[in-house]
Amino acid sequence: MERLDPRARSDIYGSRINRAPSPLRARSVPYITIMLGSVVPVLLIADLMPLTPSLGFLMLLAWRMVRPGLLPLWAGAPLGAFDDLVSGQPFGSAILLWSLAMIAIEIIETRFPWRGFWQDWFTASTIAVIYWLVSLLVSGASLTPEMLLVALPQALLSVLLYPIIARLVAGLDRFRLARARKLD
Amino acid sequence: MAPPSSRRSGFSKKAQYSLFTGYLLACAGVLLGFGLLALSLWQPGAFSPLRGAATDVVAPAGELGAVTRAGSQGFFAGIAGYFNAGMQNDELRREVEIARIRLAEADAVKAENQRLKGLLGLSEAESKPIAVARLVGSTATSGRRHAYISAGANDGVQPGMPVVSERGVIGRVLETGRNSARVLLLTDSESVLPVRRAADNVIAFAEGRGDGLLRIRLVNLGVNPLKVGDLMVTSGAGGYYRSGVAVAVIAKIIPDGGIAQLIAEPGATNYVAVEPIAQAAAVEALDAAEQPSPKPSASPSSKPAPSPAALETVD
Repeated sequence: MERLDPRARSDIYGSRINRAPSPLRARSVPYITIMLGSVVPVLLIADLMPLTPSLGFLMLLAWRMVRPGLLPLWAGAPLGAFDDLVSGQPFGSAILLWSLAMIAIEIIETRFPWRGFWQDWFTASTIAVIYWLVSLLVSGASLTPEMLLVALPQALLSVLLYPIIARLVAGLDRFRLARARKLD
Repeated sequence: MAPPSSRRSGFSKKAQYSLFTGYLLACAGVLLGFGLLALSLWQPGAFSPLRGAATDVVAPAGELGAVTRAGSQGFFAGIAGYFNAGMQNDELRREVEIARIRLAEADAVKAENQRLKGLLGLSEAESKPIAVARLVGSTATSGRRHAYISAGANDGVQPGMPVVSERGVIGRVLETGRNSARVLLLTDSESVLPVRRAADNVIAFAEGRGDGLLRIRLVNLGVNPLKVGDLMVTSGAGGYYRSGVAVAVIAKIIPDGGIAQLIAEPGATNYVAVEPIAQAAAVEALDAAEQPSPKPSASPSSKPAPSPAALETVD
């Protein structure tokens, strides 16, 4: 028995014997990371132009794409309400748009059940770009051509950031399901 | 990859119901969001207490970020300073000489100003700031340009108060929480500020364009008297700002005014001061006139008193 490869008793989630994932962690990590994504851009001082795409929304998309079925269909509303409180958009815009995004992904998923990374990226970036444009339109400010021009990098960044955030979410998912609880 | 089979309800009534409820709740979320969005576009201040509470929670983290940002700016400036030290030295020496001359001129102007004020019988009290605070964050993902400061209603900050840095105007307080406040920056496309040219009294409005520049719109149209490099300062019209605070420098001339660059960029600012509304009584009277049911008018002494405690803690 001592000769047995120790890795045989463990996988990427940790040791398999006598361990189980923590239910608290398994349930809370997606919500906490999406909320953190909403809060982090607030700490930047963007005095001249918008700097980052809505990281909270990108996290939501990535969690939904990487782990279908984990977030309930209605999760966009409460998470969007939190995003609205800190993002500077009029209250209600993210509740509306995040809910719509969740429903849209659900419909796309039933339409094209077999999908891969490239299709996920395509779907996520299409939704992110539409979200960028609509949230500019409903931001409460009159949309000037200059404003649109300086916000353009935001749209580009949200497309380019998706693969990185999807990898991040995959890592967070491993952390979420790590066998942290010891069974006695 | 196919979606997990838990998404397919099959013949299970329970699964069918839970799937249906999910769709129902999501649609309810859409409707709720639509209603709330319409309400907050119609009445922008409707959710300010909620937002204030959320900002109060985020502000301490922002404080930490502000300290780090100031520190790192100094660090990089220090490194950059070594590179062109010699050239800079020469340039600075020349600049100091010119500045000395200008200072002497300014002294003369100040003396003359005092004499003229004395003749007119004006006594202008220096307005003390209500609070000195750090800029702790901003709405970096939104098209709006709002910033958060680390002073709120507990420090005596109220909506409408001007926010200035040592260089010039930053913006105006929009909403207050207990320990934080939301500031409408000058670059926001909803921000309008009455300004005048520092040299003479060419009056104009400085409107944010949403891309970091201000559009200076002249009030009197005709021959455009502006020139590139003109300094625009607050005119004091409207009663919110005191007169003569630097706002922007003209960078480009357009037919009905100019495009101007900010003097006080919030990103390069560590501390800002919240000042009392310059003519609080006038602003209150204007608000009362606009409201359909006028409240019993407050006495002019209701001008918010500056709290010295707020000043001492940060100094």
